[in-house]
Amino acid sequence: MYDFAYHKPTSIADAVKILAADPDAKPVSGGHTLLPALKHRLNQPSALVDLSGIAELRGIKREGDTIIIGAMTRHGEVATSDIIKSAIPALAHMASTIGDTQVRNRGTMGGSLANNDPAADYPAAAMALGAKFQTDRRTLAAEDFFQGMFTTALEPDELLIAIHFPVPKKAGYAKLKNPASRYSMCGVFVADGAAGIRVAVNGAGPGVFRQEAAEAALSANWSPEAVAGVKQDPDGLNSDIHGSAEYRAHLVTVMTKRAVLDAG
Amino acid sequence: MNLSITLTVNGRERMLALPDPRVTLLDLLRDRLDLTGTKKGCDRGHCGACTILVDGRRTNSCLALAISHDGADILTIEGVAHGDTLDPVQAAFIAHDGFQCGYCTPGQIMSAIGLIREGQAGTDPERVREGMSGNLCRCGAYAGITEAVLEAQRALDAAEQEQAA
Repeated sequence: MYDFAYHKPTSIADAVKILAADPDAKPVSGGHTLLPALKHRLNQPSALVDLSGIAELRGIKREGDTIIIGAMTRHGEVATSDIIKSAIPALAHMASTIGDTQVRNRGTMGGSLANNDPAADYPAAAMALGAKFQTDRRTLAAEDFFQGMFTTALEPDELLIAIHFPVPKKAGYAKLKNPASRYSMCGVFVADGAAGIRVAVNGAGPGVFRQEAAEAALSANWSPEAVAGVKQDPDGLNSDIHGSAEYRAHLVTVMTKRAVLDAG
Repeated sequence: MNLSITLTVNGRERMLALPDPRVTLLDLLRDRLDLTGTKKGCDRGHCGACTILVDGRRTNSCLALAISHDGADILTIEGVAHGDTLDPVQAAFIAHDGFQCGYCTPGQIMSAIGLIREGQAGTDPERVREGMSGNLCRCGAYAGITEAVLEAQRALDAAEQEQAA
Protein backbone atom coordinates (compact mmCIF):
# COMPACT_ATOMS: atom_id res chain seq x y z
CA MET A 1 0.00 0.00 0.00
CA TYR A 2 1.06 3.54 -0.66
CA ASP A 3 0.76 5.81 2.33
CA PHE A 4 -2.46 7.72 2.93
CA ALA A 5 -3.92 10.05 5.50
CA TYR A 6 -6.82 8.72 7.55
CA HIS A 7 -10.03 10.41 8.63
CA LYS A 8 -12.92 9.00 10.60
CA PRO A 9 -15.71 11.57 10.56
CA THR A 10 -18.82 11.04 12.66
CA SER A 11 -21.31 12.86 10.43
CA ILE A 12 -22.24 12.79 6.74
CA ALA A 13 -21.60 16.55 6.50
CA ASP A 14 -18.05 16.19 7.82
CA ALA A 15 -17.30 13.29 5.47
CA VAL A 16 -18.51 15.26 2.45
CA LYS A 17 -16.50 18.28 3.56
CA ILE A 18 -13.28 16.24 3.70
CA LEU A 19 -13.99 14.63 0.31
CA ALA A 20 -14.79 18.00 -1.28
CA ALA A 21 -11.57 19.55 0.04
CA ASP A 22 -9.38 16.77 -1.35
CA PRO A 23 -10.21 15.35 -4.80
CA ASP A 24 -7.82 12.42 -4.26
CA ALA A 25 -9.43 11.29 -1.00
CA LYS A 26 -11.63 8.18 -1.15
CA PRO A 27 -14.41 6.98 1.12
CA VAL A 28 -14.04 3.46 2.52
CA SER A 29 -16.85 1.35 3.97
CA GLY A 30 -16.16 -2.38 4.48
CA GLY A 31 -12.92 -2.13 2.51
CA HIS A 32 -13.19 -5.57 0.94
CA THR A 33 -12.67 -4.18 -2.55
CA LEU A 34 -10.61 -1.08 -1.80
CA LEU A 35 -8.06 -2.64 0.57
CA PRO A 36 -7.05 -5.43 -1.85
CA ALA A 37 -6.75 -2.76 -4.57
CA LEU A 38 -4.51 -0.68 -2.29
CA LYS A 39 -2.39 -3.73 -1.47
CA HIS A 40 -1.90 -4.33 -5.19
CA ARG A 41 -0.99 -0.64 -5.54
CA LEU A 42 -3.75 -0.26 -8.12
CA ASN A 43 -5.02 2.82 -6.36
CA GLN A 44 -3.30 5.69 -4.60
CA PRO A 45 -5.74 7.83 -2.63
CA SER A 46 -4.26 10.73 -0.69
CA ALA A 47 -6.60 9.97 2.18
CA LEU A 48 -9.15 7.40 3.27
CA VAL A 49 -12.39 8.69 4.73
CA ASP A 50 -13.59 5.85 6.96
CA LEU A 51 -17.41 5.84 7.04
CA SER A 52 -17.70 3.32 9.88
CA GLY A 53 -18.02 6.05 12.50
CA ILE A 54 -21.15 7.60 10.96
CA ALA A 55 -24.16 6.16 12.80
CA GLU A 56 -26.69 7.83 10.46
CA LEU A 57 -25.45 5.67 7.56
CA ARG A 58 -26.56 2.44 9.22
CA GLY A 59 -29.81 0.69 9.82
CA ILE A 60 -32.84 -0.85 8.18
CA LYS A 61 -36.35 0.54 8.50
CA ARG A 62 -39.74 0.29 6.88
CA GLU A 63 -41.68 3.43 5.98
CA GLY A 64 -45.05 2.55 4.44
CA ASP A 65 -44.34 0.42 1.39
CA THR A 66 -40.64 1.24 1.25
CA ILE A 67 -37.68 -0.45 2.89
CA ILE A 68 -34.88 2.02 3.59
CA ILE A 69 -31.42 0.56 4.04
CA GLY A 70 -28.51 2.72 5.22
CA ALA A 71 -25.50 2.59 2.91
CA MET A 72 -23.19 1.25 5.64
CA THR A 73 -25.50 -1.68 6.43
CA ARG A 74 -23.49 -4.88 6.13
CA HIS A 75 -24.49 -7.82 3.92
CA GLY A 76 -24.88 -10.03 6.99
CA GLU A 77 -27.35 -7.55 8.48
CA VAL A 78 -29.36 -7.47 5.23
CA ALA A 79 -29.40 -11.28 5.11
CA THR A 80 -30.68 -11.67 8.67
CA SER A 81 -32.95 -8.62 8.99
CA ASP A 82 -36.50 -9.59 9.99
CA ILE A 83 -37.81 -6.46 8.25
CA ILE A 84 -36.20 -7.42 4.93
CA LYS A 85 -36.95 -11.12 5.29
CA SER A 86 -40.64 -10.41 5.66
CA ALA A 87 -40.95 -7.58 3.08
CA ILE A 88 -38.45 -8.59 0.36
CA PRO A 89 -37.23 -12.12 1.13
CA ALA A 90 -35.46 -12.32 -2.24
CA LEU A 91 -33.22 -9.42 -1.20
CA ALA A 92 -32.31 -11.08 2.12
CA HIS A 93 -31.66 -14.31 0.24
CA MET A 94 -29.45 -12.46 -2.25
CA ALA A 95 -27.39 -10.93 0.57
CA SER A 96 -26.92 -14.37 2.13
CA THR A 97 -25.23 -15.58 -1.07
CA ILE A 98 -22.60 -12.84 -1.23
CA GLY A 99 -19.07 -14.17 -0.63
CA ASP A 100 -18.74 -15.92 2.72
CA THR A 101 -19.59 -15.03 6.31
CA GLN A 102 -16.34 -13.12 6.86
CA VAL A 103 -17.06 -11.01 3.77
CA ARG A 104 -20.71 -10.48 4.77
CA ASN A 105 -19.62 -9.29 8.21
CA ARG A 106 -17.63 -6.41 6.66
CA GLY A 107 -18.95 -5.65 3.19
CA THR A 108 -21.71 -3.06 2.93
CA MET A 109 -24.64 -2.54 0.59
CA GLY A 110 -23.62 1.03 -0.19
CA GLY A 111 -20.02 0.04 -0.83
CA SER A 112 -21.07 -2.68 -3.24
CA LEU A 113 -23.52 -0.45 -5.11
CA ALA A 114 -21.11 2.49 -5.33
CA ASN A 115 -18.38 0.17 -6.64
CA ASN A 116 -20.75 -1.28 -9.26
CA ASP A 117 -18.69 -4.38 -9.97
CA PRO A 118 -20.30 -6.13 -12.98
CA ALA A 119 -20.36 -9.38 -10.97
CA ALA A 120 -21.84 -7.84 -7.81
CA ASP A 121 -25.27 -9.02 -6.70
CA TYR A 122 -27.14 -5.94 -5.43
CA PRO A 123 -27.33 -3.91 -8.68
CA ALA A 124 -29.78 -6.45 -10.14
CA ALA A 125 -32.07 -6.16 -7.10
CA ALA A 126 -31.92 -2.36 -7.17
CA MET A 127 -32.69 -2.26 -10.89
CA ALA A 128 -35.51 -4.82 -10.82
CA LEU A 129 -37.18 -3.36 -7.74
CA GLY A 130 -36.88 0.23 -9.00
CA ALA A 131 -34.82 1.33 -6.01
CA LYS A 132 -34.04 4.98 -5.35
CA PHE A 133 -30.55 6.08 -4.36
CA GLN A 134 -30.45 8.83 -1.75
CA THR A 135 -27.16 10.74 -1.68
CA ASP A 136 -26.07 13.72 0.40
CA ARG A 137 -27.45 16.05 -2.30
CA ARG A 138 -30.05 14.30 -4.48
CA THR A 139 -32.07 11.16 -5.18
CA LEU A 140 -31.33 9.02 -8.22
CA ALA A 141 -33.30 6.26 -9.94
CA ALA A 142 -31.45 2.97 -10.39
CA GLU A 143 -31.40 3.47 -14.19
CA ASP A 144 -29.55 6.77 -13.72
CA PHE A 145 -27.28 5.57 -10.91
CA PHE A 146 -25.60 2.68 -12.73
CA GLN A 147 -23.45 3.84 -15.64
CA GLY A 148 -21.54 0.74 -16.74
CA MET A 149 -18.57 -1.20 -15.45
CA PHE A 150 -17.36 0.16 -12.08
CA THR A 151 -19.07 3.47 -12.87
CA THR A 152 -21.96 5.27 -11.21
CA ALA A 153 -23.48 8.75 -11.31
CA LEU A 154 -21.87 9.60 -7.94
CA GLU A 155 -19.56 12.61 -7.98
CA PRO A 156 -16.14 12.05 -6.37
CA ASP A 157 -17.22 13.93 -3.24
CA GLU A 158 -20.80 12.60 -3.21
CA LEU A 159 -21.85 10.04 -0.61
CA LEU A 160 -24.53 7.41 -0.97
CA ILE A 161 -26.66 7.69 2.17
CA ALA A 162 -29.42 5.10 1.81
CA ILE A 163 -31.18 2.92 -0.70
CA HIS A 164 -34.98 2.94 -0.86
CA PHE A 165 -36.56 -0.31 -2.04
CA PRO A 166 -40.29 -0.31 -2.84
CA VAL A 167 -41.83 -3.50 -1.40
CA PRO A 168 -42.80 -5.68 -4.40
CA LYS A 169 -45.78 -8.01 -4.76
CA LYS A 170 -43.26 -10.74 -5.39
CA ALA A 171 -39.60 -11.10 -6.31
CA GLY A 172 -37.05 -13.83 -6.85
CA TYR A 173 -33.34 -14.23 -7.41
CA ALA A 174 -31.18 -16.97 -8.92
CA LYS A 175 -27.53 -16.96 -9.84
CA LEU A 176 -24.79 -19.24 -10.98
CA LYS A 177 -21.87 -18.32 -8.82
CA ASN A 178 -18.25 -18.86 -9.60
CA PRO A 179 -17.42 -21.80 -7.32
CA ALA A 180 -14.13 -20.21 -6.16
CA SER A 181 -14.89 -16.51 -5.79
CA ARG A 182 -18.67 -16.81 -5.45
CA TYR A 183 -19.05 -13.78 -7.66
CA SER A 184 -22.00 -13.97 -9.99
CA MET A 185 -21.32 -15.54 -13.39
CA CYS A 186 -24.90 -14.65 -14.20
CA GLY A 187 -27.60 -13.66 -11.76
CA VAL A 188 -31.19 -12.68 -12.49
CA PHE A 189 -33.54 -10.78 -10.20
CA VAL A 190 -37.22 -10.76 -11.19
CA ALA A 191 -39.77 -8.52 -9.54
CA ASP A 192 -43.43 -7.63 -9.84
CA GLY A 193 -43.62 -4.35 -8.03
CA ALA A 194 -44.00 -0.58 -8.11
CA ALA A 195 -41.86 -0.33 -11.26
CA GLY A 196 -43.92 -3.01 -13.02
CA ILE A 197 -42.56 -6.39 -13.99
CA ARG A 198 -38.81 -6.18 -14.26
CA VAL A 199 -36.01 -8.61 -14.98
CA ALA A 200 -32.46 -7.42 -14.21
CA VAL A 201 -29.25 -9.31 -14.96
CA ASN A 202 -25.88 -9.09 -13.20
CA GLY A 203 -22.60 -10.89 -13.87
CA ALA A 204 -23.27 -11.54 -17.55
CA GLY A 205 -22.56 -8.11 -19.00
CA PRO A 206 -20.26 -5.15 -18.32
CA GLY A 207 -22.93 -3.80 -15.97
CA VAL A 208 -26.42 -4.59 -14.75
CA PHE A 209 -29.05 -4.56 -17.51
CA ARG A 210 -32.74 -5.22 -17.94
CA GLN A 211 -33.89 -8.16 -20.04
CA GLU A 212 -36.85 -6.61 -21.78
CA ALA A 213 -37.98 -9.66 -23.75
CA ALA A 214 -38.27 -11.59 -20.49
CA GLU A 215 -40.16 -8.69 -18.92
CA ALA A 216 -42.67 -8.74 -21.78
CA ALA A 217 -43.04 -12.53 -21.53
CA LEU A 218 -43.63 -12.39 -17.78
CA SER A 219 -46.09 -9.51 -18.14
CA ALA A 220 -48.19 -11.75 -20.39
CA ASN A 221 -47.76 -14.88 -18.30
CA TRP A 222 -45.85 -15.03 -14.98
CA SER A 223 -44.36 -18.52 -15.19
CA PRO A 224 -40.98 -20.19 -15.77
CA GLU A 225 -42.33 -21.64 -19.04
CA ALA A 226 -43.09 -18.14 -20.35
CA VAL A 227 -39.41 -17.16 -20.30
CA ALA A 228 -38.01 -20.52 -21.46
CA GLY A 229 -37.93 -19.31 -25.06
CA VAL A 230 -36.27 -15.95 -24.33
CA LYS A 231 -33.00 -15.70 -26.22
CA GLN A 232 -30.34 -13.35 -24.87
CA ASP A 233 -28.03 -11.89 -27.54
CA PRO A 234 -24.43 -12.77 -26.49
CA ASP A 235 -23.06 -9.69 -28.27
CA GLY A 236 -21.40 -7.45 -25.67
CA LEU A 237 -21.62 -9.95 -22.82
CA ASN A 238 -18.55 -10.84 -20.72
CA SER A 239 -16.26 -13.55 -22.03
CA ASP A 240 -13.43 -14.80 -19.83
CA ILE A 241 -11.76 -17.94 -18.45
CA HIS A 242 -14.90 -18.67 -16.44
CA GLY A 243 -17.31 -18.66 -19.35
CA SER A 244 -17.89 -17.45 -22.88
CA ALA A 245 -20.42 -14.79 -23.84
CA GLU A 246 -22.56 -17.52 -25.45
CA TYR A 247 -22.54 -19.52 -22.21
CA ARG A 248 -23.54 -16.49 -20.20
CA ALA A 249 -26.31 -15.69 -22.70
CA HIS A 250 -27.64 -19.21 -22.16
CA LEU A 251 -27.43 -18.69 -18.40
CA VAL A 252 -29.61 -15.57 -18.63
CA THR A 253 -32.56 -17.71 -19.76
CA VAL A 254 -31.87 -20.48 -17.23
CA MET A 255 -31.43 -18.08 -14.29
CA THR A 256 -34.55 -16.13 -15.28
CA LYS A 257 -36.59 -19.35 -15.14
CA ARG A 258 -35.11 -20.22 -11.74
CA ALA A 259 -35.70 -16.70 -10.42
CA VAL A 260 -39.38 -16.89 -11.41
CA LEU A 261 -39.60 -20.25 -9.61
CA ASP A 262 -37.93 -18.67 -6.59
CA ALA A 263 -40.45 -15.81 -6.60
CA GLY A 264 -43.35 -18.28 -6.77
CA MET B 1 -3.29 12.72 13.10
CA ASN B 2 -3.90 10.66 16.23
CA LEU B 3 -2.91 7.08 15.48
CA SER B 4 -3.45 5.64 18.93
CA ILE B 5 -6.06 2.98 19.51
CA THR B 6 -7.25 0.84 22.37
CA LEU B 7 -8.14 -2.80 21.74
CA THR B 8 -9.24 -5.58 24.03
CA VAL B 9 -7.26 -8.60 22.81
CA ASN B 10 -8.17 -11.96 24.34
CA GLY B 11 -9.59 -10.20 27.37
CA ARG B 12 -6.66 -7.87 27.94
CA GLU B 13 -6.84 -4.17 27.18
CA ARG B 14 -3.99 -2.90 25.00
CA MET B 15 -3.16 0.71 24.17
CA LEU B 16 -1.31 0.90 20.89
CA ALA B 17 0.31 3.70 18.92
CA LEU B 18 0.33 2.86 15.21
CA PRO B 19 3.28 3.90 13.01
CA ASP B 20 0.88 4.79 10.18
CA PRO B 21 -2.74 4.07 9.16
CA ARG B 22 -1.88 1.20 6.83
CA VAL B 23 -1.41 -1.38 9.58
CA THR B 24 -3.99 -4.17 9.38
CA LEU B 25 -5.30 -6.00 12.43
CA LEU B 26 -3.44 -9.06 11.14
CA ASP B 27 -0.06 -7.33 11.02
CA LEU B 28 -0.72 -5.67 14.37
CA LEU B 29 -1.46 -9.02 16.02
CA ARG B 30 1.51 -10.81 14.49
CA ASP B 31 4.20 -8.13 14.41
CA ARG B 32 3.38 -5.93 17.38
CA LEU B 33 1.66 -8.25 19.84
CA ASP B 34 3.57 -11.43 18.90
CA LEU B 35 0.27 -13.29 18.51
CA THR B 36 1.45 -15.32 15.53
CA GLY B 37 -1.27 -17.97 15.78
CA THR B 38 -3.34 -15.92 13.33
CA LYS B 39 -1.90 -16.71 9.92
CA LYS B 40 -1.28 -14.66 6.81
CA GLY B 41 -2.30 -16.71 3.79
CA CYS B 42 -3.38 -14.73 0.75
CA ASP B 43 -3.52 -11.31 2.48
CA ARG B 44 -6.44 -10.48 0.14
CA GLY B 45 -9.52 -11.78 1.94
CA HIS B 46 -9.86 -14.97 -0.06
CA CYS B 47 -8.45 -17.74 2.13
CA GLY B 48 -9.69 -17.09 5.67
CA ALA B 49 -6.39 -18.10 7.37
CA CYS B 50 -6.42 -14.74 9.19
CA THR B 51 -9.95 -15.16 10.61
CA ILE B 52 -10.43 -13.68 14.09
CA LEU B 53 -13.54 -12.61 15.98
CA VAL B 54 -14.07 -8.84 16.12
CA ASP B 55 -16.86 -7.92 18.55
CA GLY B 56 -17.96 -11.55 18.20
CA ARG B 57 -18.13 -11.54 14.39
CA ARG B 58 -15.88 -13.56 12.11
CA THR B 59 -13.56 -11.17 10.29
CA ASN B 60 -10.69 -11.40 7.82
CA SER B 61 -8.07 -9.51 9.85
CA CYS B 62 -5.98 -8.93 6.69
CA LEU B 63 -8.69 -6.61 5.32
CA ALA B 64 -9.37 -4.72 8.54
CA LEU B 65 -7.39 -1.57 9.20
CA ALA B 66 -6.37 -1.47 12.85
CA ILE B 67 -6.94 2.30 13.04
CA SER B 68 -10.59 1.72 12.14
CA HIS B 69 -11.11 -0.61 15.12
CA ASP B 70 -10.51 1.62 18.12
CA GLY B 71 -12.40 0.12 21.07
CA ALA B 72 -12.96 -3.29 19.44
CA ASP B 73 -13.00 -6.58 21.30
CA ILE B 74 -10.71 -9.09 19.57
CA LEU B 75 -10.57 -12.85 20.08
CA THR B 76 -7.73 -14.82 18.46
CA ILE B 77 -6.74 -18.48 18.57
CA GLU B 78 -4.46 -17.72 21.52
CA GLY B 79 -7.49 -16.72 23.59
CA VAL B 80 -9.85 -19.66 23.11
CA ALA B 81 -8.42 -22.35 25.44
CA HIS B 82 -9.04 -22.13 29.17
CA GLY B 83 -5.59 -22.72 30.64
CA ASP B 84 -4.63 -26.27 29.68
CA THR B 85 -8.19 -27.15 28.74
CA LEU B 86 -8.77 -26.90 25.02
CA ASP B 87 -11.87 -25.28 23.62
CA PRO B 88 -14.31 -28.01 22.49
CA VAL B 89 -13.72 -26.91 18.89
CA GLN B 90 -9.95 -27.33 19.25
CA ALA B 91 -10.43 -30.77 20.81
CA ALA B 92 -12.79 -31.82 18.02
CA PHE B 93 -10.32 -30.76 15.32
CA ILE B 94 -7.71 -33.03 16.93
CA ALA B 95 -10.13 -35.91 17.39
CA HIS B 96 -11.23 -35.78 13.74
CA ASP B 97 -7.88 -34.94 12.08
CA GLY B 98 -9.35 -31.66 10.88
CA PHE B 99 -6.00 -30.60 9.44
CA GLN B 100 -2.84 -31.83 7.83
CA CYS B 101 -0.20 -29.09 7.58
CA GLY B 102 -2.07 -26.95 10.10
CA TYR B 103 -1.53 -23.57 8.48
CA CYS B 104 -5.22 -22.81 7.93
CA THR B 105 -6.23 -24.37 11.26
CA PRO B 106 -6.29 -21.28 13.53
CA GLY B 107 -8.53 -19.54 10.99
CA GLN B 108 -10.68 -22.68 10.63
CA ILE B 109 -11.13 -22.94 14.39
CA MET B 110 -11.96 -19.25 14.84
CA SER B 111 -14.43 -19.52 11.97
CA ALA B 112 -16.00 -22.65 13.49
CA ILE B 113 -16.32 -20.93 16.89
CA GLY B 114 -18.00 -17.99 15.16
CA LEU B 115 -20.30 -20.28 13.19
CA ILE B 116 -21.43 -22.17 16.30
CA ARG B 117 -22.00 -18.92 18.21
CA GLU B 118 -24.10 -17.58 15.33
CA GLY B 119 -26.33 -20.61 15.77
CA GLN B 120 -25.97 -21.32 12.06
CA ALA B 121 -24.26 -24.69 12.22
CA GLY B 122 -27.00 -27.09 13.30
CA THR B 123 -26.58 -30.75 12.47
CA ASP B 124 -26.66 -30.53 8.68
CA PRO B 125 -23.19 -31.13 7.16
CA GLU B 126 -24.10 -29.11 4.08
CA ARG B 127 -24.89 -26.09 6.22
CA VAL B 128 -21.60 -26.51 8.04
CA ARG B 129 -19.72 -26.66 4.73
CA GLU B 130 -21.52 -23.54 3.54
CA GLY B 131 -20.89 -21.79 6.86
CA MET B 132 -17.18 -22.66 6.69
CA SER B 133 -16.82 -21.70 3.02
CA GLY B 134 -14.73 -18.62 3.84
CA ASN B 135 -11.87 -20.83 5.00
CA LEU B 136 -9.79 -22.69 2.45
CA CYS B 137 -7.70 -25.77 3.25
CA ARG B 138 -5.22 -26.61 0.52
CA CYS B 139 -4.44 -29.98 2.14
CA GLY B 140 -8.08 -30.84 1.63
CA ALA B 141 -8.96 -31.78 5.21
CA TYR B 142 -12.54 -30.64 4.66
CA ALA B 143 -14.14 -33.95 5.61
CA GLY B 144 -12.40 -33.90 9.00
CA ILE B 145 -13.15 -30.21 9.48
CA THR B 146 -16.86 -30.76 8.86
CA GLU B 147 -16.91 -33.71 11.27
CA ALA B 148 -15.06 -31.65 13.88
CA VAL B 149 -17.51 -28.74 13.66
CA LEU B 150 -20.49 -31.12 13.91
CA GLU B 151 -18.99 -32.85 16.95
CA ALA B 152 -18.11 -29.56 18.66
CA GLN B 153 -21.68 -28.41 18.05
CA ARG B 154 -23.02 -31.64 19.61
CA ALA B 155 -20.64 -31.32 22.59
CA LEU B 156 -21.66 -27.72 23.22
CA ASP B 157 -25.37 -28.55 22.84
CA ALA B 158 -25.00 -31.41 25.32
CA ALA B 159 -23.14 -29.19 27.80
CA GLU B 160 -25.84 -26.55 27.47
CA GLN B 161 -28.60 -29.10 28.09
CA GLU B 162 -26.74 -30.45 31.11
CA GLN B 163 -26.46 -26.96 32.47
CA ALA B 164 -30.17 -26.33 31.92
CA ALA B 165 -31.15 -29.63 33.59
